[in-house]
Amino acid sequence: MANPVTIADVRHVASLARLGLSDERADVLTRDLNTILEHMAVLGGVDTSGVAEATTASGTGMPLRPDGGAPIPLLEPPAAFAPAMRDGLLQVPRLATHEQAES
Amino acid sequence: MSANASGIAAAVRSGARAPRAIADEALTKAHAADERDQLNIFITIADRYARDAAAALEGDAARHEAPLLGVPYVAKDNLSVTGLPVTCGSRILEGYVGPYTATAIERMTRAGAILVGKTNMDEFAMGSSTEYSAFGVTRNPLAPTLVPGGSSGGSAAAVAAGIAPIGLGSETGGSVRQPAAFCGIVGVKPTYGRVSRYGLVAFASSLDQIGVFGRDVQDAALAMRVIAGRDDLDATSADVAVPGYGARAGSLKGTVIGKPREYFPPELDPKIAALCGAALERLRALGAEVRDVSLPHTAMAIPVYYIVAPAEASSNLARFDGVRYGLRMEGDGLRGMYEATRSKGFGPEVTRRIMLGTYVLSAGYYDAYYRKAMQVRTLITDDFRKVFASGVHALFTPTTPTPAFAPGSKSDPYEMYLSDIFTCTANLAGIPAISVPIGRVNGLPAGGQFMCAHFEEQRMFELSFALEAALGAEAHR
Amino acid sequence: MSAENREPSGVRLSQSRTPPSTEYEMVVGLEVHVQLKTRTKAFCRCSTSFGDAPNTNVCPVCLALPGALPVLNAEAVELAVRAAVGLGCTVHETSIFARKNYFYPDLPKGYQISQFDRPLATGGRLEFPVADRSTTVGITRVHMEEDAGKSLHDRFPGATAIDLNRAGVPLIEIVSEPDMRSPAEAGAYLRALKQILEYARISDVSMEEGSLRVDANVSARRRGETRLGQKTEVKNMNSFSGVERALEVEFARQCELLERGGSVEQQTMLWDGATGQVRPARAKEGSHDYRYFPEPDLPPLVLEAGFVRRVRESLPELPAERRARFASEYKLTAYDVDVLTSAVAVADYFERVADRADPKTAANWIMGEVLAALRASGQAIDEFMVRPADLAALLGLVASGTVSHTAAKQIFAVMAAKGGNPAEIANAQGLLQVSDDDQLRRWLDEVVAEHPREAERLAAGEKKLQGVLIGAVMKKSKGSADPKRLGQLLAERFGT
Repeated sequence: MANPVTIADVRHVASLARLGLSDERADVLTRDLNTILEHMAVLGGVDTSGVAEATTASGTGMPLRPDGGAPIPLLEPPAAFAPAMRDGLLQVPRLATHEQAES
Repeated sequence: MSANASGIAAAVRSGARAPRAIADEALTKAHAADERDQLNIFITIADRYARDAAAALEGDAARHEAPLLGVPYVAKDNLSVTGLPVTCGSRILEGYVGPYTATAIERMTRAGAILVGKTNMDEFAMGSSTEYSAFGVTRNPLAPTLVPGGSSGGSAAAVAAGIAPIGLGSETGGSVRQPAAFCGIVGVKPTYGRVSRYGLVAFASSLDQIGVFGRDVQDAALAMRVIAGRDDLDATSADVAVPGYGARAGSLKGTVIGKPREYFPPELDPKIAALCGAALERLRALGAEVRDVSLPHTAMAIPVYYIVAPAEASSNLARFDGVRYGLRMEGDGLRGMYEATRSKGFGPEVTRRIMLGTYVLSAGYYDAYYRKAMQVRTLITDDFRKVFASGVHALFTPTTPTPAFAPGSKSDPYEMYLSDIFTCTANLAGIPAISVPIGRVNGLPAGGQFMCAHFEEQRMFELSFALEAALGAEAHR
Repeated sequence: MSAENREPSGVRLSQSRTPPSTEYEMVVGLEVHVQLKTRTKAFCRCSTSFGDAPNTNVCPVCLALPGALPVLNAEAVELAVRAAVGLGCTVHETSIFARKNYFYPDLPKGYQISQFDRPLATGGRLEFPVADRSTTVGITRVHMEEDAGKSLHDRFPGATAIDLNRAGVPLIEIVSEPDMRSPAEAGAYLRALKQILEYARISDVSMEEGSLRVDANVSARRRGETRLGQKTEVKNMNSFSGVERALEVEFARQCELLERGGSVEQQTMLWDGATGQVRPARAKEGSHDYRYFPEPDLPPLVLEAGFVRRVRESLPELPAERRARFASEYKLTAYDVDVLTSAVAVADYFERVADRADPKTAANWIMGEVLAALRASGQAIDEFMVRPADLAALLGLVASGTVSHTAAKQIFAVMAAKGGNPAEIANAQGLLQVSDDDQLRRWLDEVVAEHPREAERLAAGEKKLQGVLIGAVMKKSKGSADPKRLGQLLAERFGT
């Protein structure tokens, strides 16, 4: 199906997923992913031409809700469980000015 | 606790037993299981919560007819309950207390049931042994050197140990049926959409369902009836009426039971095969016809499952980032915070699956992996559809290829994944499935599984009642 | 080409350096995000109201608490389909939501619920005037998605502050074909788009308030070239004129680069309105990988049979129709129609006045007094103290001769400041027009006595001094004298 996973791939994927990986973790994961994906290779041999991807559709389509009603209540406001809040605002380490959302 | 759920409810209704005494008894057993017997079943034993709920029940005439009046139960720790910690077996939710309650839990409460504790589980439901919990392994009450199965191992163990007659767990690839089989109890996975997922911490959204453990089929059916039904808070929950699952059929004449050959491979443990054979004999004796059938894409199930589930999980677990709740670790700037939090907070199996899931969704790989897997998933579903359309009413298979194993014995992650081989097909197809005890293998419980067409839980329970009754005490020998 | 040309004889031809931008053509496509005017958010029942205390319009769903699930708002679908129909799109009976995965602190789930390869609508067009001609821009697609929260980078030192009130507000994204060729065209497109969406009543479409946001894609290519050049994305504009300026600046940058033999890099540029410059957004490792996949928590959206037809039939009157109707029904000039229909709130106001008063008079008063008053006070017409019924009543008083035009302006000023009923104000301020000849003659006598020289000159034939005397009577009578009758009386008296 696809080429073996390299450690560079693993570092790239870890970055996408915001998982900090130590070097040895990265090594182990490279091996693990390759082992696991080898087992997936069998899918390549299945003829899926014209086959639709599975959906969670039940045949009647998505149920909608009316535009109103009381909001879902929270036992406590966000301040009760937020790791860092000030003046009602959530706080995170400052992004560099105009840092764009990264993939 | 030898009384089953309906027995307890009847006793409370008649005044023979009081909810607080029942709750106290369950709490005492819960503490003993963990403190004395070191079973490590619970993450939180909800002493005050349970006692308050029991007290509220006393004198609440409005709930007199409630089906689970005073019945204690346990819930897997990935179900949100207001006022109790919700850990999902993970460090990343350290300090997080549920600020809202899952619909299934609300329904149990309305039915008069008393929650006594939140049970241990594989972290974020990723595992088949409860070894991947950040809170240690749970022991199998019937064989304490072995695992209870997973990921809902804690709930299964609680029911098997007699702490409560009913337990709630969750299913993504077999996480209720497999521990039920390992612990010698009944475990049910409903049709996808049968039970609301609102408040169930998501692992793989297109596969997850809340499942039920019971000491017997009747208790499991009772609990399933309570929690099933459409919920406006879950757009994937089905608008299909919930029948009373307690009704039993008489004879099984006219019922066709399929025996899929792919679930009885030559390498299947002969003792398990023999137990399944004996179970099928019982069903024949009741009038059922047993027919050989084939589900040709069965061998694709594990590869499909281990692409689809991690992919959805990698997205569902992105919210655990230290910003709004749970663990936050400092790092170099914002990215450093994300990485430090997630590397400290997630265990190795969760990390592995997030990596796998992210990889199969990433640019260049999406078509070859995720899209392909979702197409093969349709073929797996079609296999079932064709068989059910051909006049087969239910399928019968072993629940697991082996009985309970020792912790640490499956070091190769893929080997661990193979424990799901007979169960994950039902999750992929969205069909209901149940595991019932069918005997012992070297003294360890073994489970047999029924699978039916979408929303055919009624039929599934009927067959399970019949088999349970026919096997009697043999199921536990 | 600014090359030196040397004739064989050695005479150097003058270097005519053509500005690069006339050799290069600008190609622009715009992505516009519009907040839909629903009461609750896209996927939960939290209020969408703007300006509430931070993190108070939140719930398990929009906070992305573990275990929460999205359920789509029916009104958001209705408004989105209305917008798509208004833009001439094909609305698809079945569309699919997808997860757009990326990490950002104002994106609680770590993914945005959006639509990817099966959007709500495709294939529309917008026709609009630019300068003195009409042009059409294709609409590639309209899809539904949810808004993120707000990040405030300068609120606390060393930290970014997040408010999730806005997280989950329903949006539509309108993507145009790369059909625009100048900043003016882009500006005109945006103004026409805003007008249509405003008339369709699906959004406040205010860039200032953030209910309309624009990202521009711009590239440069040699004139005559059919292939598209490498585009960049320009963000962070907060007005239509800002968009026009940003396009001009970025285009110039690209042309200069190409002129030098360089190539345009695919990147995001940020507009800085204060300095009038663009600069690259912080460098990212590689381009975005959003890992789109169908949203498993939401089955496909299937619009029931007849839904789109019903939306089309109940579509509010769109600008083109309104303009045509104003011209024919109220017999207004093209200029009047343009001014009165440029904002739907003004058009609505006009109609309510024109229902009960002479349309042309109403038009003049609105284009004149009303808009001037609004400009001075900075109010929106919906907040204006003079309600349509009041203005109509005032115009009625003038038409019946009960107050003079001058008095009416005074009454209007009072109404604009504090509201009120025009007849009552006229009464209270003694502005009821006096047409009683005896009173008028008495005032005339006084004024003539006070202005003897002017009266002489008028008597001698200088007709224009009539205005001065009438003006004096108007002042003396606080505007209540009937100027027309005064004129007649003066004429009688002085034989003019």
